[in-house]
Amino acid sequence: MQDNLKASSYRDLEQKSKYTNIFLRWFLYFVLILFASYFIFPLYVMLVTSLKTMEEIRQGTLLTWPSSLNFDSWLVAWGGRGYGAGDTFLRPYFWNSIKMVVPAVFFSTFIGAMTGYVLTKWRFKGDQWVFLFLLFGCFIPFQAILLPMARTLGVLGISNSVIGLVLVHTVYGIPFTTLFFRNYYVSVPTELVKAARIDGAGFFKIFFKILLPISAPIIVVTVIWQFTQIWNDFLFGSTFSFGEAAPIQVALNNMVLSSTSVKEYNVDMASAIIAGIPTLIVYVLAGKYFIRGLTSGAVKG
Amino acid sequence: MKTLKIEELSKNFGSTEVLRKINLEIDEGNFLVLLGPSGCGKSTLLNIIAGLETINEGNVYIDDYNVSKVEPKDRNIAMVFQSYALYPSMNVGENMVFGLKQAKTSKEKIQQQLEKVSKFLQVDALLERKPSQLSGGQRQRVAIGRALVREPRIFLFDEPLSNLDAKLRVEMRREIKKLHQQLKTTVVYVTHDQTEAMSLGTKIAIMNHGVIQQNDTPENIYNKPSNTFVADFIGSPSMNLIKGKLKEKSNNITFAAEGSNFDIPISGYKFENTSQLDGKEVYFGIRPEHIHFKSSNNENFEVNLKADLSEYIGHEQIITFNYVNQELLAKFPSTIKIELNKETKLYFDLTQVSLFDTNSKERL
Repeated sequence: MQDNLKASSYRDLEQKSKYTNIFLRWFLYFVLILFASYFIFPLYVMLVTSLKTMEEIRQGTLLTWPSSLNFDSWLVAWGGRGYGAGDTFLRPYFWNSIKMVVPAVFFSTFIGAMTGYVLTKWRFKGDQWVFLFLLFGCFIPFQAILLPMARTLGVLGISNSVIGLVLVHTVYGIPFTTLFFRNYYVSVPTELVKAARIDGAGFFKIFFKILLPISAPIIVVTVIWQFTQIWNDFLFGSTFSFGEAAPIQVALNNMVLSSTSVKEYNVDMASAIIAGIPTLIVYVLAGKYFIRGLTSGAVKG
Repeated sequence: MKTLKIEELSKNFGSTEVLRKINLEIDEGNFLVLLGPSGCGKSTLLNIIAGLETINEGNVYIDDYNVSKVEPKDRNIAMVFQSYALYPSMNVGENMVFGLKQAKTSKEKIQQQLEKVSKFLQVDALLERKPSQLSGGQRQRVAIGRALVREPRIFLFDEPLSNLDAKLRVEMRREIKKLHQQLKTTVVYVTHDQTEAMSLGTKIAIMNHGVIQQNDTPENIYNKPSNTFVADFIGSPSMNLIKGKLKEKSNNITFAAEGSNFDIPISGYKFENTSQLDGKEVYFGIRPEHIHFKSSNNENFEVNLKADLSEYIGHEQIITFNYVNQELLAKFPSTIKIELNKETKLYFDLTQVSLFDTNSKERL
């Protein structure tokens, strides 16, 4: 340090760094707000449009606030207009999706947990190959397996049914769920399993009593991931089901595209929001754990 | 009847040989320490005794009963792990009785055992806590408690103290020793720490590269190491091994280091085999603590050596001397003043000497 650097010059430097910091902070907020609005803008347009009447939509601009809160289009999107043929609305398909998502998420998570447990705690010859092939499943484009899967479902007699979709989603979820659980269980000390074996616990007891109770973070991550994937899936849904067995995303597509007369933007927007709400709910409820589960690995005894 | 007997045991992981023809016996109530550097196979041996690893060749007997293919839970053993391996989702009490519950023990018996052991280990106030709310020493105690409630024939410890800090380690070491004195159960204990091994064991088996180098009492391990590996491994700093030759003249055996102009008389040494000693290339082994500044008995041999380096470590000092161009370390109380680069008169205690063959590295 130079001797001639007096107290006053330190003060100057202090001032300077203060201004720089203030400037950088404002710049940071500016950029963040810019990006945030970029993402929020479409949601805003959807929400506003769904609350307008068709009259308002035609006269105003995209951004105009609705004159009054009008939930008619939401009711139409959910329950239809009440006249017979050609009236497509979301309610039955929403339940189709629920019936598909819940078992598919449950089974794929459960099987993934089991596989991850075996691959880390009950190592066997060639287990790394099994894991490699499972990992492969994560990279196979789903379009490539559409035809063989359709044939398989046909042979099993469950094509065009919710059960068929549950099977497809479970099978194609396993690579991801296995990856999640394997990576989580790798950091759990194997001594736990050894101790439990000496204590007389068997394969399933160790899994249910020792490992599963400490797996909450990774279960949450897996459930969110699988729920989002399966709920938002359009490809499998549109390929392996049609008509009454279709999940909500397929129905949404049919609704928006098959409007015969005028395009009802307000109903379309309301439908799109309804179709997206369940994933939002899952994120809000479990998002905290999602972040925690992704970042935390080690389980300290 | 031997509490534990291991017979011609071999184990390999793929093409790597981990254990080679291990033979080991423990009598009731003994404390056997498996000691060795990391990767010597000591933990694998312990896991095999526990039944957590399979065997390639050989057998394991507990109370003369061949348990080689018996499940861990049916071997009547308990194990304490390095990471404690307490079940994170269960509280202390549940952790301790988990094994008894699996064995379908009656509720009264479980309760009785839990009370007895938790009082004994002073963890009775912690029974409701989760393992994550315990300190290192408490976790250790609970892990021992989990082993105790099962009243096993053999306790297995896998480096149980190495996760503790230095002070706590010494405390827990004493507690384990006390525990063994009170309960008098048979223990097999794995460690890489020689102080732990020396202070705890009634027998120590020193392992290297999957072979038992010496299996003996701590005293014999220290005083009569059976080969240069043991001599080097035990003691801090380790034993000086001076290279040289034996000379035999009319029943008088002497040792001379390479290039030295004086002979050390070692007629008092108890050779295991006295044939062909003359001209034999040997290591002359003497521990740093057996080199004295003052003559202590008439078996002392006087030498003048130049000090090269001095390391002060508080209660003592370690001085490196030049012994005919070979390094010789000696340990003295730090009160003694020794000048560097000056000849100092030293006394070798010849009753404490070990001799090893330079080829076979075995004790002569």
